[in-house]
Amino acid sequence: MSIDLSQFHQVFFEESFEGLDVMESQLLDLDPANVDAETVNTIFRAAHSIKGGAGTFGFMQVSDFTHVVETLLDEIRSGTRSMTREYVDLFLQSVDCLRAMLSSLQAGDEPDGGRAASLKSEFEAILNGGEAASATQSQETAPADDKPAGWRVTFIPTEDLLQTGNEPFRMFRELQELVGDEHMRVVADTSYLPEFTNLTPECCYLRWLIEITTDIEKSAIESVFEWVADECEISIEPLDSVVADAPAAQENNAEDGAADADESSAPVIPAAVTAAVGAANAAASASAQKSNAQKAAKSAEPSSIRVSIDKVDSLINMVGELVITQSMLGQLGQDFDMSRLARLQEGLSQLEQNTRELQESVMKIRMMPISFAFSRFPRLVRDLGSQLGKKVNLVMLGESTELDKTVMEKIGDPLVHLVRNSMDHGLEKTADRLASGKSEEGKITLNAYHQGGNIVIEVSDDGAGLNEEKILAKARQKQLVPDSVELSPEEIHQLIFMPGFSTADVVSDISGRGVGMDVVRRNINELNGTIEVRSQRGKGSTFIIRLPLTLAILDGQLVQVKNETYIFPLVSIVESIQLQKRSLNNITGTQHVMKLRDEYIPIIRLDHIFGLRDEDEEFENPMLVVVEGDTEKVGIVVDDLLGQQQVVIKSLEQNYQKVPGISGATILGDGTVALIIDISGVGNNIESHPHSPRPEQAA
Amino acid sequence: MSAVAETVNEAGSVHEQQYLTFMMADEEYGVDILAVQEIRGWEESTMIPNAPEYIRGVINLRGTIVPIMDLRMRFGLQQVSYSPVTVVIILKVESSHGERVMGIVVDAVSDVYTISDQSTRKPPELTEDRNSAFIKGLVNVNDKMVILLDVNELLKIPASSHVPGLANN
Repeated sequence: MSIDLSQFHQVFFEESFEGLDVMESQLLDLDPANVDAETVNTIFRAAHSIKGGAGTFGFMQVSDFTHVVETLLDEIRSGTRSMTREYVDLFLQSVDCLRAMLSSLQAGDEPDGGRAASLKSEFEAILNGGEAASATQSQETAPADDKPAGWRVTFIPTEDLLQTGNEPFRMFRELQELVGDEHMRVVADTSYLPEFTNLTPECCYLRWLIEITTDIEKSAIESVFEWVADECEISIEPLDSVVADAPAAQENNAEDGAADADESSAPVIPAAVTAAVGAANAAASASAQKSNAQKAAKSAEPSSIRVSIDKVDSLINMVGELVITQSMLGQLGQDFDMSRLARLQEGLSQLEQNTRELQESVMKIRMMPISFAFSRFPRLVRDLGSQLGKKVNLVMLGESTELDKTVMEKIGDPLVHLVRNSMDHGLEKTADRLASGKSEEGKITLNAYHQGGNIVIEVSDDGAGLNEEKILAKARQKQLVPDSVELSPEEIHQLIFMPGFSTADVVSDISGRGVGMDVVRRNINELNGTIEVRSQRGKGSTFIIRLPLTLAILDGQLVQVKNETYIFPLVSIVESIQLQKRSLNNITGTQHVMKLRDEYIPIIRLDHIFGLRDEDEEFENPMLVVVEGDTEKVGIVVDDLLGQQQVVIKSLEQNYQKVPGISGATILGDGTVALIIDISGVGNNIESHPHSPRPEQAA
Repeated sequence: MSAVAETVNEAGSVHEQQYLTFMMADEEYGVDILAVQEIRGWEESTMIPNAPEYIRGVINLRGTIVPIMDLRMRFGLQQVSYSPVTVVIILKVESSHGERVMGIVVDAVSDVYTISDQSTRKPPELTEDRNSAFIKGLVNVNDKMVILLDVNELLKIPASSHVPGLANN
């Protein structure tokens, strides 16, 4: 069979990562003392699909490793072994290991077998050292140990085997080629043939017993049957250990039911099984998300998105309506006179409504529930908790809140950082908690909800809260704040977002290097979002992230500079005022500042930094737009304020390159292009500006 | 499409390619026709701050933002004012991060020629000429010289390090 399987690799990887996520989340939910059979089944099925897929595609390292994992899971599932915390840890490690293996395979590298081998030997030690497992399973575990003289294969196809296009004799022939004519004996069992009158010619009633008398690998036999694994019951047993009565073995298999059939048989085609698992488990697609994110980071591979069929259907409906409106308008236009003006207006307003609805539903396609971003946290909190010796209860709320896929991908890392921070700095040590009358178990809450056109994500802990004195002392020590200045608690809280700030006494590998919060803040600002912190001593702190629902649309303020129109993101504008010449000052001759109420804010002339005007050219009635960039308020001088409108963000980099001070472009109502100002980019520029000497320099 | 065209040609003994040619300062230049997406009239564009002078700005091409380069300015030729026959050739190339679309302003579109690789001559090596990187070869068509341009080189915009102003960010 010469199908190029590599075209399915991407699907296999995506589904396997999904499967791993399912395993992980189920393992974390698992309470070893009180094991839910269905949970174990779900984990088992996920592992089994990965094994099957890996086998099909020839990733033998993955399938071999998954096999031992699966074997132990099966023993737990069948009740011969009970779940313990050690097993859960081992399984979680295996999930990590598999994920690493699959990632390197996906990248086209050879996976590092060392970790898998050591984990595998741990599994084998458990399996072999444990209480006597059922006969077939132990054989399955270590078939290589006792090199059997041959194999007895019992092959019981389902009746519709032939209808799925599988031909048993082809497989027998393949086996024959594998082992040679003289080492194989095939016996057909015709006892299940119905009476001739009841016989359906398309059905397969025969069963086969195949004896192979050579020491071929069991996996080789399995691979012959792997395409029919779903349509048959098959058992492969070492020849010498099998008791002569085959019917008994068959009965055993029949009792164990369908699930056992694929467990003991060869790999199955992954799509069928994962589809079932995935559909049942909404959380499953989370991994598609994550793996996509990883992919995007690594290379420019096109990433995919899973869209529920409802969303697609509603889209199709709307396009249908649009077509109807269009044909209605078209008819109207063919012989139009003024008497039909009312109908035309009606049609146009219908068109407007259709367009708006269509736009909204297209946007919805990119929206995904935030549970995709949240799903990694149970594991993270669990691992980190045991590392830090803190007991932590993670509460996640509003997981179905939807936000844009791109925003989601970019918010993951900052959220991880915040949660790590909360666990390391926020929550006190268990002893301290008890001393201050709190419960032993710390609580971290992740909450997401919509507010206006924004999504708000809160990360809160019930720890000690921010220590204002310590922060202020540290800031003074690092000379971020002059000694003479007194700050309000809120202002002190903001200090933690300053670059290079950390109050952790000991730098751990979790946090404390002081590269954290400013990066978090910058990442969030890049998404046109904001972050603030609220904290109460002894009660805990809450980080509040506000993000736009989508990156594709922005509320913009149109401004005019000379003949050009630019767009300021509305979120960053603090206020707009008439520029008063007399309130302008300059420091060190190069930098204008303006006194605005109690503050001095630096002034940037957009026409200068964009090279639109010469320095000495004056202009009338300038407006000052006060914006808040990364940290500081900055005043930007423009000629005039035009309207406000929602603009669709288009990439300038796609066909051109990154332009300093410009974050993107958009198309205005008249079809012309307007550029969107990158506030922090413009703001950062004020220190180093070699281009235009300012008037003061010349003077 | 490009793949098909080339396989067909490779089947024959001679590798042939079609070129769209255009006029600029009385010289005829050719670009690989498969890189040409469309030809448009000149329209006003939106200036990009601190861009090289030969980047006239960006236009809205059915929802895509497309930069427009003045090829005369790129080659350091004398500038002319745009007239009704001034055209913009929209070129599309594959780059490391996907497709890139860019327009070039030329004086007028001329013709389409089928040119075999063998008839193409290497340009004389002129170390003085800063434009030689763009030139793929020279070819004679009907006793006229046509300068074949390398579209990939043509659409490369040097990193904006030499651009004053905000570039140091």
